[in-house]
Amino acid sequence: MEEVKAAVSTGNTLEVNNLSVHFDATRVLKNLSFSVVKGSAVAIIGPNGAGKTVLLKTLIGSLPFAGTVRWAPGVRIGYVPQKLDLERDIPITGVDFLNARAAVARKPAADIPPARALVGISPEVALRPIGAMSGGQFQRLLIAFALVADPNVLLLDEPTAGVDEPGQEQLNELVRRLQKTQNLTVLFISHDLSIVYQYADNVLCLSSEHAWFGPPSTILTPELLRQIYGGEVSFHVHDH
Amino acid sequence: MTTESLLLSIAMAIAAGLVGSFAVMRRMSLAADPLSHVALPGIGIALALHIHPVFGAVVALVFGALLVWAVEERGGATTESVIGVVFSAALAIGSIMTTGEDLIEALFGGAGALSSSEKIFGLLVASAIILFIIVFRNSLIIMMVSPDIARTAGINVKRFDLLYLESFALTIALGLRYLGVLLMGALIIIPAATGKRLAHDLKSMLWISIVLSVMSTTLGSAISMHLHREAGPIIVLVATALFLLSLLPRRAWRRA
Repeated sequence: MEEVKAAVSTGNTLEVNNLSVHFDATRVLKNLSFSVVKGSAVAIIGPNGAGKTVLLKTLIGSLPFAGTVRWAPGVRIGYVPQKLDLERDIPITGVDFLNARAAVARKPAADIPPARALVGISPEVALRPIGAMSGGQFQRLLIAFALVADPNVLLLDEPTAGVDEPGQEQLNELVRRLQKTQNLTVLFISHDLSIVYQYADNVLCLSSEHAWFGPPSTILTPELLRQIYGGEVSFHVHDH
Repeated sequence: MTTESLLLSIAMAIAAGLVGSFAVMRRMSLAADPLSHVALPGIGIALALHIHPVFGAVVALVFGALLVWAVEERGGATTESVIGVVFSAALAIGSIMTTGEDLIEALFGGAGALSSSEKIFGLLVASAIILFIIVFRNSLIIMMVSPDIARTAGINVKRFDLLYLESFALTIALGLRYLGVLLMGALIIIPAATGKRLAHDLKSMLWISIVLSVMSTTLGSAISMHLHREAGPIIVLVATALFLLSLLPRRAWRRA
């Protein structure tokens, strides 16, 4: 296992080389290599069990791996996991949670309201216990949590899972807007291929045997999608 | 009860309230009892070697917490089984090694004046635990919500997990003279469980747990002296009564 926080090529935020992850005898990721250009958006797609979440957890250093993961010097990662299993009555409010982040990052409490406002969480909602928030509210809170520490990389694991349809669109717009205004590099897992087509500069497509990396126009071809997902997969490209 | 031992029991109760708040939020309520049982063989060995039993208990508890931590680190569904088996066995071994009066005292607490070394040690340990939880509460909260997020926030999750488990183990050690091996887990868990029911945010949760833990300990000790009974069971009964009161619907509180 090797993690080097230097020596990425100019303009790159992340370089992954020959990354492999094993769980006991099961190989989840095999010889994966790709690099992410600073300020770009990379979508990670693939069927269930292809290792998408495992990849993000490996990138943040939560799982042991073989190969190299190189982050550019000075990266500050904000990680937004899938919906967490929280008790409804846990007496931690959104404000408590954001305060905790500011305190750990040694940021002033004054940095919290702007981050909260940026993701569109009202002061009233922020006073609710985190377990009692809706899926969309909690995802926004997690994004605000990341923003408090002024990140330059955002890793999102299916940010719209368990969120209603209008909420999904708002969340996607939010991430898009943050990427532009805060100049973030974004890696996001998604099952929504039209969103991927619209927002991603590059797509990393994982399957149990292979991985493909490239711009959406070359990766999201009917042939490849059929090969990966099996059967017919169609998606609709929105025009905005 | 002397002023010093009253002070020590209050410090022990504050530590129990703080450590317990995070235990119930981390869903560790059921681990409290088995972990406290590991103190018993430590007490047995200390008695056999003519060392102060509290120090035997401390060593055993620190080692027990290390074991829980190591097993948790490896992960998987085996954690609960390992805790269940190892700590029940510890209770059995400890019961064989400790006999008669010593066993009853170890199990339920009580008896004997506190030596001055015990008092100084107790106050130092209690202060360290209280400081640790208060200073690092933010890191502990983030870890509780998600260890992965905590890692990206630069928190050393493994180290804090160990420090928290050791605080938990030492809090049990602090309460052994008052509540014993069987009941100390209850003083950590019950006031905090009440706090979790009544609190609306972190601050109120910590305050309610502390106040109820101190109330249970002081009130329980006072009642036990009045009734000439051991303090431990009565402290736990007071804590339980306060928990039952918290179950009353909020309407009943407003009417009162």
